[in-house]
Amino acid sequence: MKLKSIPFVCIAGALLAASAAVGVYLAFLSPGEPAARGGPAVMRRISEAQYRRSIADIFGADIKIAGRFEPEARREGLLAVGSSKVGLSATGFEQYYNLARDISTQVVDEQHRSLLPCKPQALNAPDDACTLTVLRRFGLPLLRRPPTEARLAELVEIAHKTTEEHQDFYAGLKMALVGILASPDFLFRVDLAGAGQDRPEQISLDDYSKATRLSFFLWNATPDAELLAAAARGDLERRSGLTAQVDRLLASPRLEDGVRAFFSDFLGFDEFDHLEKDGAIYPAFSPKVAQDAKEQTLKTIADLLVARRGDYRELFTNHDTFLTRRLGMIYGVPVDSRTGWDRFRFPADDPRGGLLEQVSFTALHSHPGRSSPTLRGKAIRELLLCQTVPAPPNNVNFAVVQDTNNPNFKTARDRLTAHRTEPTCAGCHRIMDPSGLALENFDGAGQFRPTENGTAIDTSGELDGQKFADAAGLGRALHDDPLAAACLVGSVYRYAVGRLVAPGERDWMTWLTKSFTSDGCRLPDLMRRIALSRAFYAVSGTPRGTQSAAVVPGTGSEEKRE
Amino acid sequence: MTGKISRRRVLRGTLQGMAVAVGMPLLDCLLNDNGTAFAGTGRPLPVRFGTWFWGLGYTPSRWVPQKIGADYDLQPELRYIEPYKHQINILSGFDVKLDGKPNTAHYAGTFGFRTGTAADEPDRSLLPTFDVTIADAIGNDTRFKSLEVASTGNNTDSYSRRTVNDVNPGEGSPVQFYTRVFGPDFRDPNAADFKPDPDVMLRLSVLSSIKDQRQSLVQEVGSNDRARLDQYFTSLRQVEQQLQLQLQKPPAAEACRVAGQPKEAPIGYEVGNVLANHKLFAELMAMALACNQTRVFNVVYSDSRSQLHKPGSTAIHHQYTHEEPIDKDLGYQIESAWFVERSMEAWTTFVGALAALKEGDGTLLDHTFVLAHSDTSFAKTHLVQALPVMTAGSASGRIKTGIHIAGNGEPVTRIALTAQQVMGLSVERWGGGSMDTNQPLTEMLA
Repeated sequence: MKLKSIPFVCIAGALLAASAAVGVYLAFLSPGEPAARGGPAVMRRISEAQYRRSIADIFGADIKIAGRFEPEARREGLLAVGSSKVGLSATGFEQYYNLARDISTQVVDEQHRSLLPCKPQALNAPDDACTLTVLRRFGLPLLRRPPTEARLAELVEIAHKTTEEHQDFYAGLKMALVGILASPDFLFRVDLAGAGQDRPEQISLDDYSKATRLSFFLWNATPDAELLAAAARGDLERRSGLTAQVDRLLASPRLEDGVRAFFSDFLGFDEFDHLEKDGAIYPAFSPKVAQDAKEQTLKTIADLLVARRGDYRELFTNHDTFLTRRLGMIYGVPVDSRTGWDRFRFPADDPRGGLLEQVSFTALHSHPGRSSPTLRGKAIRELLLCQTVPAPPNNVNFAVVQDTNNPNFKTARDRLTAHRTEPTCAGCHRIMDPSGLALENFDGAGQFRPTENGTAIDTSGELDGQKFADAAGLGRALHDDPLAAACLVGSVYRYAVGRLVAPGERDWMTWLTKSFTSDGCRLPDLMRRIALSRAFYAVSGTPRGTQSAAVVPGTGSEEKRE
Repeated sequence: MTGKISRRRVLRGTLQGMAVAVGMPLLDCLLNDNGTAFAGTGRPLPVRFGTWFWGLGYTPSRWVPQKIGADYDLQPELRYIEPYKHQINILSGFDVKLDGKPNTAHYAGTFGFRTGTAADEPDRSLLPTFDVTIADAIGNDTRFKSLEVASTGNNTDSYSRRTVNDVNPGEGSPVQFYTRVFGPDFRDPNAADFKPDPDVMLRLSVLSSIKDQRQSLVQEVGSNDRARLDQYFTSLRQVEQQLQLQLQKPPAAEACRVAGQPKEAPIGYEVGNVLANHKLFAELMAMALACNQTRVFNVVYSDSRSQLHKPGSTAIHHQYTHEEPIDKDLGYQIESAWFVERSMEAWTTFVGALAALKEGDGTLLDHTFVLAHSDTSFAKTHLVQALPVMTAGSASGRIKTGIHIAGNGEPVTRIALTAQQVMGLSVERWGGGSMDTNQPLTEMLA
């Protein structure tokens, strides 16, 4: 291993002696790219999806993972940011521990043991060399860095003793694997700082942390063998080595996994886990429809942004999508395939086109038994434009807005207009309603409806001064809104680093957004630019090991850990 | 590779063919001095503590008893508790004091009550909810330090947390809950035979090897992440505890009769499903307590902004509280009140489940202290003043029951302080800001 992880406090000391600290970042900068000082290192709990992917990649996709996972937490708009805040409850550890036992049992069972890198000399006796070989093989990708020799020795000893107890080599091996699968450095991705031989004064992630951050960002997966080998060789310290790995990951079909994972987080798709629709009011809707709706959007995104390398903004106007027969029932269009997905293009003049008109948006941001222009408008503001809508006052009277049987206010627009006469409500509803009302042609399940209570629905509105007549116009307004692109860029970066953008990164973020839009808003290009940047790996702020340690000049306190 | 002398090496030769016994004595200081005894052992029965939560409060005119003290009257929304009225206290008129902090809807009341301090927006509180504090004190000699369930099926519907970032998730499936508590790792305390599993010590050695990593890891991270790592190792301790308990024969538990696994049933916010799953959870939780699997529990009937809904209704409970006009003739919101009554019906079901199990010279309920509360008082306005609170059970005679205490604007922290003291914690004062108090509800103490 070329690099050795060292506590930040040591690096901080080194940097105190290197007053030109900021200058070191210039080495990797692209033309015109401002220097960014990075943000604090983070420790992120791996998500359920990442856990499952890691096990499948390392032990095989047929390993069953039948268990519960600790709930994730959304912070500052993203689960990815929440992952660097959450701990692990007693219930959660118990669940992960039981998963570790179940997985280890399968890994050594007769069906899978042939996949292990060695066979014991005898089935009923310890074979420390074979145990060590297995632990080295799996410990590296599971922990995303080589386990220490001391730790391996402990685990081998446990395996040895268990084998003696049971007269079964594989019982011992299983016990040792539990020691890795239940460990904190598997369940958490811990950023470690390193200093390269070429630039010992530089504060940034060590090579294995770089590999981990890179792989989870681009693939939502643990680093593969090739990336780990590159980390071991120190390739990621060099521009050419890093570029080779980034381009390899971007060229892989697994990039789609990474893009899907980002958008699942960005669009709040975890809400699908508890989405309910009233069966009497929306008989066509079901949990399977909900899952299909989520998948429809992810397939559409992957097709447009990854396969076709399209412009992100076209998501709001794009009429090409994929449908199942179940979804066809909701959209009211024929779908040939009985069980699978059909590529489908809505006609150019069809109101159902872009992301906003998809069931994953209209149904997710509705009540169980009715649509909600306010929830939809709020989602547009908060999810897609990264704006904050204040919470409503506590004693708000919704009597008018919610009474769908009031003969004087037949449509949601009528009711919301009446509601906006309340001065305390008007401010926020002016922000949310004009965009949300444009989607009123879609009921709470996402089904098209031209009228409500026998009255034609008026879908006109405006978004930050841009007026439109219908949902398609809203899509075009969002397409043209520079905030939409800026929101995506900021969200991708926060997702990638698992924290807020630090003040010392603001110029860099401005440059990143400008580069994104001037290059046609291509998501893979944005991901590449981030993955190759100094900012992505730079670390500033809290020194390791102690809060009272010296602060690095020019890099401290951009973002205090909470 | 195995040449070094280590803690685990000491294990060698200690397991083969012998029954290992690691003493896990009950903590006598936490037992009720006046309690009855474990059948056949002479040891006192444990006192259990739990919370029961429902969302969106009550209708003030239909819930709060008119009469203060014993033999209180039952208003329409409380009439369901009649069979257990003599074992239930009504605590009305206690306030969450916001101290100028925002009344974050459905949040300020819940966590103001549970942490004793009004929360900021956004909440970054590192204070534990008081059930966690109690569990830390009395939950260390049972399989589970505490057990949490969410009748809504959503495991994020939980109001028990060590910090804002360490929430104890609620199990949402009765089947999963059954499996967790009464599945393969369950040891029937009344079983005639007991043979410790020799694997237990080996499994403990694995956990010990994981704990060995603490020192090197905490050196690598900042103080906040260090706290998160410490939480991980605290959580690991529960599994260690579970394993250690498997090394000794559990004390007999008279009321422990484990029923069969419940059948899979629909889960979600539809009120019929919530009521059905809550009933299953009530029975399973009562049995978990009777079988000494835990001493602390947290039950969520409905979430704090109650997404419960009736089939065919365009509105959920939460929407009704805002939108529904007050009926001119009846003087209250009819639909909203219907949901409140279902909540009180469910509360009665829960109390009944504890009362149904005979234990010692009384019932499980007699050896339990349950604290029920909501997030708001009158949900239409989201008030956090006059939060509705109830207690059930006498905690083995430590508290009086069947009384109505009016808070008259006193801080709700007096209730949680009382609960902690009743459960044996050495807590003299509790709460922050203007909710800081050193005054327990002495009128409730026996």
